[in-house]
Amino acid sequence: MTGTFNTIIQLIYLAAASCFVLGLHLMNTPATARRGNQVSVAGMVAALLATGALVIHDGVIGAGGWIVIAAGVVVGGGLGLFAARTVRMTAMPQLVSVFNAVGGGAAALVAIRDYMELGSHVAAATSVTTVLDVIIGSVTFSGSIIAAGKLQGMITSAPVTFPGARVVNLLLAAAAVGVGAYLIAAPGMIGLGVVIAAALVFGISMVMPIGGADMPVVISLLNAFTGTAVAMAGFVIDNTGLIIAGALVGASGGILTKLMADAMNRSIGAIMLGGFGSGDAVAALAGPAGASVQTIAADDAAIQLAYASKVIIVPGYGLAAAQAQHEVAALADLLESRGVEVSYAIHPVAGRMPGHMNVLLAEANVPYPLLKEMDEINPEFPRADVALVIGANDVTNPAARRPGTAISGMPILDVDAAKSVIVIKRSMGHGYAGIDNELYTNPKTSMFFADAKKGLAELTAAVKTLVG
Amino acid sequence: MLLTDFIIFVLSLWVGFEVISKVPATLHTPLMSAANSIHGIVLAGAIIIAATAHSLAGYVLAFIAVAFAAMNVVGGYVVTGRMLKMFRRRTPAAVPGGRQASAVAAGTAASGPDGRVTS
Repeated sequence: MTGTFNTIIQLIYLAAASCFVLGLHLMNTPATARRGNQVSVAGMVAALLATGALVIHDGVIGAGGWIVIAAGVVVGGGLGLFAARTVRMTAMPQLVSVFNAVGGGAAALVAIRDYMELGSHVAAATSVTTVLDVIIGSVTFSGSIIAAGKLQGMITSAPVTFPGARVVNLLLAAAAVGVGAYLIAAPGMIGLGVVIAAALVFGISMVMPIGGADMPVVISLLNAFTGTAVAMAGFVIDNTGLIIAGALVGASGGILTKLMADAMNRSIGAIMLGGFGSGDAVAALAGPAGASVQTIAADDAAIQLAYASKVIIVPGYGLAAAQAQHEVAALADLLESRGVEVSYAIHPVAGRMPGHMNVLLAEANVPYPLLKEMDEINPEFPRADVALVIGANDVTNPAARRPGTAISGMPILDVDAAKSVIVIKRSMGHGYAGIDNELYTNPKTSMFFADAKKGLAELTAAVKTLVG
Repeated sequence: MLLTDFIIFVLSLWVGFEVISKVPATLHTPLMSAANSIHGIVLAGAIIIAATAHSLAGYVLAFIAVAFAAMNVVGGYVVTGRMLKMFRRRTPAAVPGGRQASAVAAGTAASGPDGRVTS
């Protein structure tokens, strides 16, 4: 153990951690964000090279170790590269979930291996973090796999629950923590196995009851879990690089979780207990019964849009589900070329993860200055001649302003303040909250019943033929 | 050691809260993806456990850990870069007040053979 060498390694970890912080800082504007990512990559490369130097210097690594590392990097890195290159932007939440899963899984494995190797030799204080790492990492692993499955549609996105599910969840959590505490006092492999199994099953049973609309919160929370698990792994192997990076990610996930939960006016606890969007929400308080709905034809809608001076487009997940990002961008471009002021109103939970809609629209070449956050765009609705709502439902429902509905208190886009509203929607179906949208029966609103992609293409064609 | 580690952990959390609360909502997906890549540093931990493995079980665990972490770090950075590349202030094609096709043609003429004006 030469002191100087270890000091140099520690300083490199410090430089890497500084790069991570700087990289995240540069993400505060889209213009500098790419540089931020590059700075972060540089930090990561430095940290990994330093780790390589460290294991060589310690002289414990044999040929087997190198083979394992090389094989793992080739296999894992190759899979990661392939997934990252080929993933569709609509599938981004699934990919992020998978990365959460493998990150949490790797963190848990570090602790498991450490525990197997050292067992009773470790100090009690270290084994607390070992057990926490195993539990949090395992929960993240299985929970993220389930979340990815739900987002991919391989597992039903509807909440899956059964009588007594909450009791089972509590028992599993108690088992993981209880046996984990016992492990600290009396180390043993059987106990470790029980903790891993309980944590894995808990991860599954935690995510299964959560509905599709709550996914932005779940992904953020699992992201925070992964960060925490990595930080715990840093405690286990006494590596400051892991501790700092893990804490940064934990903070990021924590902030996003809170933002998403606030945007739905739901507490994190209520989301984790599940059941939202299960269809049993009270619909009785919604809108006056028998209120009539006006429909509009493509030509009339096109005239309204073409002669407007300001149009606000309100995209929801339905737009992404219909793969209509490019069609909406084409219509917006056409309107802009006629001198119409076009902007997009993005609700925080418009996609399946925080900021998802912005990425989808960016992919369709929509310039990011046109994408407006809720607080920024809401005062502009009264000046808009037309609000064009595409595939968004609950986030536009004025019922949220009144108490007593399933979405009461949820911050919404003030679409009903626009001079007129056009809604492109396939049917009068409900959103995730399972209640009627009072916007649709508003006298200012016209419904254009169509699939988002086809409807937008029709509108664009109509604008072109009508006004040349 | 543990206390020092704990102090570092808590201070890093505060730094994280400060830095990340300034990231605009429009970049939240790339932010989460970037954070994802950062926790790929668990690869360093996986390398360390691979270095000290001496049993078959140890090698297997280390291999899975390294593969998981490598997938995390490589995939995370590549997909973040891919997303951030799409965020443009204004494409040359979408000049307000001008027809799309003519704007593209003008852009090509102005910027030479590669036809791209980077913003």
